[in-house]
Amino acid sequence: MDARNFTFMFYGFLAAWLIVLVYVISLARRGARLRKELDDVRRLVHSNQSSQTSGLEERVR
Amino acid sequence: MREKIIVALAVAAAGLLAYDLYQIFLVLPDEAMQGAIYRIIFFHVPAAITGMIGYFVALTLSILYLSSGKLRFDSVAASVIEVSVVFSVVNIVTGSIWARIIWGVWWTWDYRLTSQLVCILIFAGYLMMRRAIEEPTQRARLSAALCIFGCIDVVIVWKSIEWFRNLHPGPVLSIRTGGGNIDPAMERMIYFNLLAILMIAAALVLIRTRQETTAREIDSLRRLAHAA
Repeated sequence: MDARNFTFMFYGFLAAWLIVLVYVISLARRGARLRKELDDVRRLVHSNQSSQTSGLEERVR
Repeated sequence: MREKIIVALAVAAAGLLAYDLYQIFLVLPDEAMQGAIYRIIFFHVPAAITGMIGYFVALTLSILYLSSGKLRFDSVAASVIEVSVVFSVVNIVTGSIWARIIWGVWWTWDYRLTSQLVCILIFAGYLMMRRAIEEPTQRARLSAALCIFGCIDVVIVWKSIEWFRNLHPGPVLSIRTGGGNIDPAMERMIYFNLLAILMIAAALVLIRTRQETTAREIDSLRRLAHAA
């Protein structure tokens, strides 16, 4: 292989994969944040529903 | 099911890429005028085509959203555009590194390069606009309109090497030229790498679409919590 431009060819390949890798990492982090957020909101809805149910039960009693 | 498809796409892309890299570095000869640097074309061109295919898929999905009002089309369009922007950035960065050696400059305000930069800026703006609008229907409608507008520039990017006198090389693939501009073995590797990169892009779109679905679920649960 011609060594003249090998360094810049290497930079080109490195840059291409680095950009994709940074995107994949950002995607994974965003996924983890969304899963945590979903769990938090589900817990909030669940606690709201159970407090409403207990309030209703007290009123029935 | 979606996980299995993502894994299958990733494994197939990795296998194909390993074969492609072997061919690109160890089998194909250097280009007579450019030396080793020409090998950047095997990522530069497939990344550009992947981006363009993505923008046209997003255009179709945006039109489908405007005609049906189903938010699912909007979510997939946004996912496709995000992944397409990543590959357009890969295209412009690898092109810039190639240009430094062949043209002696990192950048020139040539029609092809400028229209591609404008394309990236339009769709980056699309992604930023989506973050700024909270109401899902309004966000989807404006996003669809901007996507249709942005795709006009994608056509300019695509045709600029035929319409204008450019520093950027003219079309080389035989589907555009009828053949004779590139060695068939080199052209075959461009298509193989395109297939591998399309599979990676498809896997990323599937992951991103699932995140959009989760975000919609969070939105609706929040509304439920506030309403209660």
